[in-house]
Amino acid sequence: MHRFANPARFARLSARALPWAWAVAGLALGSGLVGGLLLAPADYQQGDSVRIMFVHVPSAWMAMFVYAFMAAASAVGLIWRHALADIAAKAAAPLGAGFTFAALATGSLWGQPMWGTWWVWDARLTSVLVLFFLYLGYIALWQAIEDPGKAARAAAILALVGVVNLPIIKFSVDWWNTLHQPASVLRLAGPTIHSSMLWPLLLMAVGFKAYFVAVLLLRMHAELNWRRIRALRLTAGESTDSSHGFATLPAERASL
Amino acid sequence: MTGFLAVLRRDLLLARRHGSGGALVLAFFVIAAALFPLGVGPEPGVLARIAGGVVWICGLLAVLLSLDRLFQADHEDGSLEQLALAGPSLWVIVLAKVAAHWLSIGLPLVLLAPLLGLLLQLPLEALPVLTLSMLLGTPSLCLIGGIGAALTVGIRRGGVLLSLLVLPLYVPPLIFGVAAVEAVVTGLGARPHLLLLAAQALAALALAPWATAAALRLALE
Repeated sequence: MHRFANPARFARLSARALPWAWAVAGLALGSGLVGGLLLAPADYQQGDSVRIMFVHVPSAWMAMFVYAFMAAASAVGLIWRHALADIAAKAAAPLGAGFTFAALATGSLWGQPMWGTWWVWDARLTSVLVLFFLYLGYIALWQAIEDPGKAARAAAILALVGVVNLPIIKFSVDWWNTLHQPASVLRLAGPTIHSSMLWPLLLMAVGFKAYFVAVLLLRMHAELNWRRIRALRLTAGESTDSSHGFATLPAERASL
Repeated sequence: MTGFLAVLRRDLLLARRHGSGGALVLAFFVIAAALFPLGVGPEPGVLARIAGGVVWICGLLAVLLSLDRLFQADHEDGSLEQLALAGPSLWVIVLAKVAAHWLSIGLPLVLLAPLLGLLLQLPLEALPVLTLSMLLGTPSLCLIGGIGAALTVGIRRGGVLLSLLVLPLYVPPLIFGVAAVEAVVTGLGARPHLLLLAAQALAALALAPWATAAALRLALE
């Protein structure tokens, strides 16, 4: 794992992986959208509203997957002081918040015609809303602490504490008898969804995941570059300070 | 153990001699709950329906309000560093501080809860369960809140951030605490909810001091 801790090697490898991730995301999302919006049949009960599912379900999966990824990266960063893992966790958080918001918004749009209400306080919806606030808290904690090293570890502790919410979301529809339907794809007994709807859904899921990987890599690049710029600025500031004619002791300069 | 007792005694003594802090939190608890009849109207039926939730939410907010002083004062005057350097592990000290916090804030809230329930027209048979659910729930609130307090200890204007961090984590105790009261009102057994509350408290007791100590160590660097 420490082989990938080198930022230069990471930049090289990820630059090579990035176009592939974009290609997979574009292909899967394109074909998934065509399949979901045009080819898949309308549901016999829900009509064309069922097509919201092709965005809603992958978003909801990603909302939980990104949090799990973030927590795993946080654990790696916390235990092995792996700087790239910290950056990965930080870069993933706004994406996860975005997916969570998308899942909530599309669910609400679907719920209006189907359940007759924009929002119900059932267990699944509430726990996903809590997940959204966990993401926001995580992002806010990163922004509140100036020193990136400290911020990373504080945020990692918070991310790991928040993991308790994930099983609650996953099993909320089984534990509590609520309005949100139970899982119909990831079941031991096989999916209860017809194959004509299943394949666009899976394509969309692959597309969402590839999109996540692509944007994650981009954001990590941006963060690494930002840190490099900051380090350069700091050293540049140091040299202009000494050119002002203020005598700085060598020891003092070294400590800056 | 002696370290635990020493910190516990010190914090309880500080809480008693400072005096006003704990009393203010209790005053907040009562005032906040008293606002609800004004907000939703004084009809006994409506109040009885929401009383459990109101008491729980006001108690939860009262704990939240008191959290920022949990480590802040000790951090500012440097005694937190001294405590961290002292013999016992940091999590023991955290546990002692949270225990003192619960004894000086959480326990009075629990004792006040049936009174507020009575004022809010909660049926008499639900009062013991409300008290019991608060008794089992407030330790979780203090322990989980300790994590948030430790994470925000060195941060300026950490109060708002603290509530954003902690409130999502307060959802499980709130759900089962209110569900227990509701179960009694509707004639079902409150036992499963109370057992789940107790389980949460035990899990928090096992895990939270550890996370809190890790967060405090960060602040002390």
